[in-house]
Amino acid sequence: MAHDHHDHDHHHDHEQEPPSDIALRVKALESLLVEKGLVDPAALDAIVDYYEHRVGPRNGARVVARAWTDPAYRQRLLQDATAAIAELDFTGRQGEHMVAVENGPDVHNVVVCTLCSCYPWPVLGLPPVWYKSAPYRSRVVIDPRGVLAEFGTVLPDETEVRVWDSTAEVRYLVIPERPPGTEGMTESELAEQVTRDGMIGTARL
Amino acid sequence: MNGVHDMGGMHGLGPVTPDSRDEPFHDRWEGRVHALTLASPSRGNIDAGRHQRELIPGTDYLRMTYYEKWFDGLLAMLLKGDFISSAEARSGTADPAAPKATPHLLAAAVPTVQKRPYSYERDVSAVPQFAVGDRVRALNLNPTGHTRLPRYVRGRSGVIERQHGAHVLPDSNAHGLGEAPSFLYSVRFEARELWGSDASAVDSVRLDLWETYLERA
Repeated sequence: MAHDHHDHDHHHDHEQEPPSDIALRVKALESLLVEKGLVDPAALDAIVDYYEHRVGPRNGARVVARAWTDPAYRQRLLQDATAAIAELDFTGRQGEHMVAVENGPDVHNVVVCTLCSCYPWPVLGLPPVWYKSAPYRSRVVIDPRGVLAEFGTVLPDETEVRVWDSTAEVRYLVIPERPPGTEGMTESELAEQVTRDGMIGTARL
Repeated sequence: MNGVHDMGGMHGLGPVTPDSRDEPFHDRWEGRVHALTLASPSRGNIDAGRHQRELIPGTDYLRMTYYEKWFDGLLAMLLKGDFISSAEARSGTADPAAPKATPHLLAAAVPTVQKRPYSYERDVSAVPQFAVGDRVRALNLNPTGHTRLPRYVRGRSGVIERQHGAHVLPDSNAHGLGEAPSFLYSVRFEARELWGSDASAVDSVRLDLWETYLERA
């Protein structure tokens, strides 16, 4: 449709077409909310910074490395993961009720949220796209071994696979098995061995 | 509600595409949507927000990216709560007659708010009906509103593995009907109970289910 170019002696901004591109629509909504005094743009920057720099799998890796090297800590983590993780100062949104589940030679744990995208933000950060996507959410409960194989994780038939579907506000952290050949490593060296997928349970280390 | 979001056990939704990258946002607007969702006064409660995204029509839900769904939910909640008008949403400009608000979340408070230990557990006078080791069956409930009882366990039997205390009940809280705390349990369902005899004999799926979803088996 052609633009109506009659004389402007007052603003017709409210008659503009809504931007169709998602980035523009988000920008427009942000401007509106800032203009109305509903959000502080600096608070938005701070939230983005928090998810980009303050949380992520490095936090969870520190928890796992501590559990591998400190048997008393491991015990506390298995008994009350929320408190044990708070000892390392990882607390807050989407980590309110933590449970740690431990992989071993006979048991392999893997975590999903079939209904949405629940994930332990304080220890793992925000979830990867595949975790939030329909293929993973739909299939890992009915075909966990098939999905794990697509991650390169092939488990013996006799290994028990436990799939944890995060249907409530409880969030699960998988403690992977400590890989062989890491005996002499320090806690921080061990943390470097721990991957995000190892703590979701789609990978072994 | 029996929406497409309740997709556990479905086939045909495509291959999983593993990706080891850790960046939380793949485009600037995704981070802004995430932040706007957390900072906006529309947030209400977490259950209402989840339900809003479930209300996205199924064909759209499956086509949209994750943060497109968040944006859709955010906009709907802002309109529903009368924080913005539909005219403002269309124009992107505030109604000059509307009073200017004060942001409820300021930048200085963000680090504290993000890390604040919060709990969904509530003290209740009731006693839990089930104990660890009890056999239970998930009820065959089909509410049209929000629920966290996935279809794939309805009518199936499992065993109580852990009791988490009484937690806010999403089925009530999402609709502004109060927190209605109910005991929450981790329930183990054997893979064969859920998926039949072709499934592994040793595997299981564990879900956190509220007492209101369960009966003794």
